Amino acid sequence: MSVIAPIRVDLQLIADMVEPGGRALDVGCGDGSLLAYLVSFKRVDARGMELSQTGVNACVANGLSVIQGDADTDLRDYPDDAFDYVILSQTLQATREPREVLRQMLRVGKRAIVSLPNFAHWQVRLRLVFGGRMPETASLPYKWYDTPNIHLCSIDDFRALCRDMGVRVERAIVLNSKSRPIHMPPFLANLFGEQAVFLLRRD
Amino acid sequence: MQAPADIASDELTDAERKALAQCRHAILGVDRPLALECGVELGPYRVAYQTYGTLNADKSNAVLICHPLTCDQFVAEKHPVTGKEGWWDSLVGPGKVLDPARYFIICVNVLGHCMGSTGPMARDPVNGQPWNLRFPVVTIADMVRAQAALLDHLGIPDLFCVIGGSMGGMQVLEWAASFPKRVFSAVPIACAAHHSAQNIAFHEVGRQAIMADPEWKGGEYRAHGTVPARGLAVARMTAHITYLSEQALQRKFGRTLQNRDALGFGFDADFQVESYLRHQGSTFVDRFDANSYLYITRAMDYFDLAAARGGGVLAKAFTGTATRFCLVSFTSDWLFPTRESRAIVHALNAAAANVSFVEVESDKGHDAFLLDEPEMFRTLHGFLQGAANARGLGNGR
Repeated sequence: MSVIAPIRVDLQLIADMVEPGGRALDVGCGDGSLLAYLVSFKRVDARGMELSQTGVNACVANGLSVIQGDADTDLRDYPDDAFDYVILSQTLQATREPREVLRQMLRVGKRAIVSLPNFAHWQVRLRLVFGGRMPETASLPYKWYDTPNIHLCSIDDFRALCRDMGVRVERAIVLNSKSRPIHMPPFLANLFGEQAVFLLRRD
Repeated sequence: MQAPADIASDELTDAERKALAQCRHAILGVDRPLALECGVELGPYRVAYQTYGTLNADKSNAVLICHPLTCDQFVAEKHPVTGKEGWWDSLVGPGKVLDPARYFIICVNVLGHCMGSTGPMARDPVNGQPWNLRFPVVTIADMVRAQAALLDHLGIPDLFCVIGGSMGGMQVLEWAASFPKRVFSAVPIACAAHHSAQNIAFHEVGRQAIMADPEWKGGEYRAHGTVPARGLAVARMTAHITYLSEQALQRKFGRTLQNRDALGFGFDADFQVESYLRHQGSTFVDRFDANSYLYITRAMDYFDLAAARGGGVLAKAFTGTATRFCLVSFTSDWLFPTRESRAIVHALNAAAANVSFVEVESDKGHDAFLLDEPEMFRTLHGFLQGAANARGLGNGR
C-alpha cells in the first residue's frame, strides 16, 4: 500500500470518531484518502462509494474497495446495520434528498458521521446581506449556476433536522475558517463555524 | 499423473495430443464420479490444466484463471496447436499483474472443451463408444465442480484469487457462490450473472450454423471422416462480431475494400471486414471442435446464478460471503454491458460483501478484457495488492 499522506483536517476529525476494527462505508469517498487512513491506521474494513468513475478507478488501483454509486439511490441496496459507521463528508448538501440519505445512512450504519459547510457562517451572511450576491467562500467556492450544492443548510438547520428525525447527535465539532475546532455556545458556533462534523446515531 | 488405463488416450485428436504433451492432466472421478447438474454421474474424466509458478509453503498463493469460451489453459505461453502467444500474456508473466514469481497460477481446460479435458469427443467409459451428442450437457457449475475436484486432488485447500473474463467470469461468480470459503478474492470481468436473451440468441445462430452443415452428420462427423468446417466457421464469425464494438469495426475496417480498387459485383469478400471474418472463421476450425462449441455455448446459456443459487434473488447467492470482489466492465462491451456488472455489484452490496467495481473506458468492445488495457491492469494490480496485504502475502518478491 502506498505511503499515507496527511489528510484534510475535517477528514482527520472524522477518522478520530471511528473506533478501530469495525466496518465503515465512506459515501462520496473522492480520492480515497480517508479510506486509506482508516484501513492503515484503524484496521477498519472500509468501503467506499464514489460518483465519479475516475475517482473510483484511482481508489481501486490503490487497493481500496470502492464502487461507483450515488448516495441518493445506491444506499438502498445495503442491508440494515451492514456497517458500524456510514460517513458522508461535505456531500449531504449536494444530494437530491438529504433527509432520505440521512435516514438510509442510519439504517445501513449503526452510526453516521456527517460533515457540512455552514451556510450561516458570518462571511456567508455578510456577502449575501451587504454584497447582495450569492456567497462564494473557501468552503463554498462555486458560482450559483454551477454549484453542486443544491441543499445548503446551517449548523442549526442540520441540528433541527436531526431533532425532527429522532437522530441523536453524539458529538458535534465545529471548525472555524482556519479549520480549527471552536468551542462556543450553539448560536455563536452557527455564526463562526465554517463547517461542522457530526457523529450521529438512531435514538 | 497417469491414472489406471488413461482414458482411451489412443482416441485423442492431434490437437488434444499436442495439448496434453504441453500441459498437465489428472484423471478424476474414478472412485467418486462427478454428479452433473443434468443428473448424469460422470467418471472417470480427464482434466487438462496448466500451471505457472510455485505453490508456497502455506498454500496461500494459488490463483485460478478461468478461461473464456474459445480460449484454454495455455494462458501465457505459445499455444501447442496454433503457435500463437498466450491469450492472457498481457496479464500473466514475469513483472506482470499475475507474476508466477509470486503466485501459483492454475488454468483448467473446462469440462466439455476440446483441449485435453473430457468433452463430447471422448468415449463413454460404459460402452466405449464416442460420446458425441450423447455426452451429458454440462453447466458452468459442473465445470467449477470439476476444477474444485482438481484442487482437492492437488491438495490446494483454497484460492487466493479466482479470476476470469466472459465465460471465465461466470465461473468466478459460480466459484464464489458455491465455494465461498475456498475463494479469498474473486475477479469477474466483462460478464453477467445470467446469459441474456440476446446472448442466447447469438449462440443459437452459431449452433444452428453448425448443425445445418451437412458434414456435421448429427454430431457423428468423426466416424464419417468429415469436419463441419463451414458451420463452425459461420458460428465463429457471428460470435466474433459480438466481441467487437461498432466503433472498433468501423475504425479497423470502415468500408475499405479487400485487394481491389472497385466493387466486384459478386459475392467474394469485397470488403476487408468480410475477409477478416472469413479468416477468423477458417482459423478457428483448426483449433476448435464443433460439438464442443455446442456444449460450451449451451453451458453459458444455462447460466443463471440467481435462479440456481439464490431462489431468484442474486444477493442470496452471496449471503454471508467473506470473499473480496473486484468487478470490471468496459464501456463499449454490448455483449456483457456494464449494467450486468452493476447488477452483480448491487447484489453484493445487498449481501454487505466487500466489493470494488471499475468500468473501463474502451472502444474495443467485449474483447477489451483480452487486450492491452492499462486501466484494467492498474485496477487489477491495486486490487490484488490490497487483497495480498489482507491475506498477509506481503510483497512477495
